[in-house]
Amino acid sequence: MLAIVTLAFLLVIVTLIPNIAPGDPARKIAGGTASPERLIEVTESLGLRDSVATQLWKLVKSVGTLNFGDSFSVAKGEPVMSLVWTALGNSAKLVMLSLIVIVPLSILGGLITAYKKDTWIDRTIINVGIAFSAIPDFVAGVFLLAFLAVPVDFFKVQAAAPPGSSYLTQIQHLLLPVIAVLMVYFGYIARVTRAGTITALDSDYTRTAFMRGLSTPDVFRKHIARNALQPTVAVLGTQLGYLFGGMVALERVFGYQGVGNLILRAVDRADYPVLRAGVLAVAIIYMLATLSADLLVAYMNPRARQSLGDN
Amino acid sequence: MTVTESHTPEPADPSEHAALAIDGLEMSYIVRGKPRKILRGVSFEVRPGEAYGLVGESGCGKSTTAYAALRYLPGNGVIDAGRVLSGGEELTAMSASQLREFRAQRASMVFQDPVQAVNPVLKIGTQVAEAFQVMGQSKSEARVSALAALERVRIAAPESVMERYPHQLSGGMLQRVVIAMGLACDPNLLVLDEPTTGLDATVEAEVLDLVRDLRSELNSAILLIAHNLGVIRTMCDRVGVMYAGRIVEEGTVAEVFDNPSHPYTKGLLNSIPRRGLRKTDRELFAIPGSAPPIGADLPFCTYIDRCPIATDICRSAVPPIVDRSDGHWTRCHHADRIGDVPEPDEVTVPYDIGTEQVIGVEGVSKTFRQRGHEVPALVGVDLGFAEGETLGLVGESGSGKSTLAKTMLGVHAPDEGGAITLRGRKMADKATSRVTESVRAISMVFQNPDSALNRAWTVRRILQRSVVKLTGIKGAAADKRVEEIAEAMQLSPRHLDMRPRQLSGGLKQRVAIARAFAGDPEVVVCDEPTSALDVSVQAAILNLLARLQNEERSSYMFISHDIGVVRYLADRIAVMYLGRIMEIGSTATMFDGTNHPYTEALLSAVPNVDGVAEDRIPLTGSIPSPANPPPGCVFHTRCHRAIAGLCEVTVPEMVELSPGHSIKCHLTVEQLQEPIDVDASIISAEAAALLD
Repeated sequence: MLAIVTLAFLLVIVTLIPNIAPGDPARKIAGGTASPERLIEVTESLGLRDSVATQLWKLVKSVGTLNFGDSFSVAKGEPVMSLVWTALGNSAKLVMLSLIVIVPLSILGGLITAYKKDTWIDRTIINVGIAFSAIPDFVAGVFLLAFLAVPVDFFKVQAAAPPGSSYLTQIQHLLLPVIAVLMVYFGYIARVTRAGTITALDSDYTRTAFMRGLSTPDVFRKHIARNALQPTVAVLGTQLGYLFGGMVALERVFGYQGVGNLILRAVDRADYPVLRAGVLAVAIIYMLATLSADLLVAYMNPRARQSLGDN
Repeated sequence: MTVTESHTPEPADPSEHAALAIDGLEMSYIVRGKPRKILRGVSFEVRPGEAYGLVGESGCGKSTTAYAALRYLPGNGVIDAGRVLSGGEELTAMSASQLREFRAQRASMVFQDPVQAVNPVLKIGTQVAEAFQVMGQSKSEARVSALAALERVRIAAPESVMERYPHQLSGGMLQRVVIAMGLACDPNLLVLDEPTTGLDATVEAEVLDLVRDLRSELNSAILLIAHNLGVIRTMCDRVGVMYAGRIVEEGTVAEVFDNPSHPYTKGLLNSIPRRGLRKTDRELFAIPGSAPPIGADLPFCTYIDRCPIATDICRSAVPPIVDRSDGHWTRCHHADRIGDVPEPDEVTVPYDIGTEQVIGVEGVSKTFRQRGHEVPALVGVDLGFAEGETLGLVGESGSGKSTLAKTMLGVHAPDEGGAITLRGRKMADKATSRVTESVRAISMVFQNPDSALNRAWTVRRILQRSVVKLTGIKGAAADKRVEEIAEAMQLSPRHLDMRPRQLSGGLKQRVAIARAFAGDPEVVVCDEPTSALDVSVQAAILNLLARLQNEERSSYMFISHDIGVVRYLADRIAVMYLGRIMEIGSTATMFDGTNHPYTEALLSAVPNVDGVAEDRIPLTGSIPSPANPPPGCVFHTRCHRAIAGLCEVTVPEMVELSPGHSIKCHLTVEQLQEPIDVDASIISAEAAALLD
């Protein structure tokens, strides 16, 4: 229910973008020397002479039919949806591979630091994590390029593999951006996990489990994990959505054609159909990611199931 | 291990046979790299089949000892010396896997808060079954055993409980579940750490009954930790009194409680209202000073700084163990001078209650709306507070006590037709629209001073704000008033510039009381003001409240689940059930034997420190949901005297039994005084409550 309201709100915002953006989008597309007739023609084709309400209705129809027309300037004449699908596919590869690396590593890091709370292991892992988080991903990317990609042939400068490459080659090309994302997120996710695990470790039910004669691995597996990882799952949900659209700079550094990059180019060249479709795609993915995280938390925690029913 | 040895003369080497023997145990907590002593040589043993109690104030090492009995140390705890043995085996020398085996097969522990002690995300059945799985049973065997275990603790509808999650069960039922898990291995040793603290008196009585019954069934040795001396008296054979990491007195419960031989034990016993003591009789004894902090340097007698009969020898030698009678000993240099411990002061100033009603609660109902349903939390409550009068308010959790308090304070507006009056004039419903005079007329003291006081402010600022807001006094005059109030609360001037976290629990509660008195109120609502405090601190707070009342002429509404405390302080007592006043009368009439059946059941549930309780009237099941109150008399579903065909149909009117003593019941005085057969069907009542 709340999701539909959010989506409606978003549609309005996306409709408004070209109408309130500074400068004349038509002039941007048609070029500075275009004749007034040409400008009117472009404005017309952008649909910007319609009322905002009509624009909104057209956008709703586009979403319904998954047809946003053709691109104006990013890739002139190509259907917008095919551009967006390609970019989404690329982003999905990067994000999924990142998650496959980040999630187990940072959760493990969180569990270890919580169990070894206040020891040198804890301090080392957490401080290194924080230090890495403090470096913006694209800066980390540049460093990785300089220190790994240039001297070691195995690491590739280009994140996109040549067309027709095998999966392994594709993964090989994606390694550096994944490492950059890992550096940013490890400290964050590990700390969330650590906090949740410490709470669970200090709890009476954990004490009960130990007193019952369970071994430490069993206590972690049966009693701590499901309680401790709830905040981690919730955070991962929002971060997953963010990763799809938010890695613009990193995509640039590694010359990768993800959604972020696509939207940025659409903004640059005032390609509003591409911009609208791209932003909507990212927003919908964000919503879906958050929703699945909520559902997963509800699955983990019976008490959260009731409150979920209220939404 | 043989179990026939309980209560028989000690074997030659007792530690070989004791279910638990703790021998010269010294423990420290490492705080910021420095060891701080918590146990200073604790020795005692619990024989098979015996129940041994440990009492003492918080911080004295009771819980640490309990954990040590299963060799569970907090991360920063270290054993400096001593041994822990069970059945002749030394726990302190066991390997990790031997220890797991010991915990799985031979010992169990039940913690204070059952809600926290079970994993919130796992079904009850899974958790109980796990206790059997650690003992080597297969998954399906364990499920069968789990069901049997739940039946053993007499939980209603065990099959359905197996499929439930913890948040779907009440605290009392959860404590049964926890006990069921603890008993899974038929333990030789069962450690109960404050098993009933935080539960309603009626639920507490049920849980204690259960433990008592199971004890005779199992022949387990029990180590019971409780700060409630009544619980220890009714449950245990022997008791050890702990102070600052040492046992200072040990003996049978009757010997220790009736014939205390250590000044500390005597102080503890004098600090609780016993044998129907009233504030008009004498003050409670507040042990002066406070318990030494963990890690304090206490080379000789640990109690020296608070002891009224200490002499020089107490500062130069560890007191010897002095035998008083068979098995009863005390660790005191002056055991023979115990009679010199002064008795608390007699009260000489008469308590004077005015006749005029200051604050009135007139026909107040409060209906909440929840998802379209009407939930009547208060129904037609009438109360009056005379000047200088204390009205005690009792009832189980969920009976509407706190809602009444909040409605009086104007947090909730009463339903149409009800009113809170100040000297006969109606106050505005909500505190936000009340005039200052009305706002200052009613103030509140909360249960937990930690969350009631702004942690970032100094005591001075906390009090100043209330003074300025409520009385309009400003500047230097306000400063002076703050100092006066603080002095009246026996707070020293240096406390004024401290922040709440620097103060002990008792001092914090004094600040909270000072704030409540800042506006010179007519009625102070005290919601469980001492239930988070140790008994000796509680005594000081109760004395303070009594004295303040006499000086300031204010009235109290005193909410508490501790009947002894209510009896001590209150002039009148009102009993609430499901948002209704079921009985109201002077404290004397409430204890003369003719009561509403609900009151009768409540009173019989109180564990008595002066001897074994009489037969308890079972008040089983939980309080019905206010959203769906039973028809007729709301209490009939749990009433042991209900008359079929009448009570479930007709709502009883308030009847005056004697002047000022009224009950809401169909029965006559003669019917109410008839002795009853307590052997009511517990399970059926509880099953009915569960299936609601």
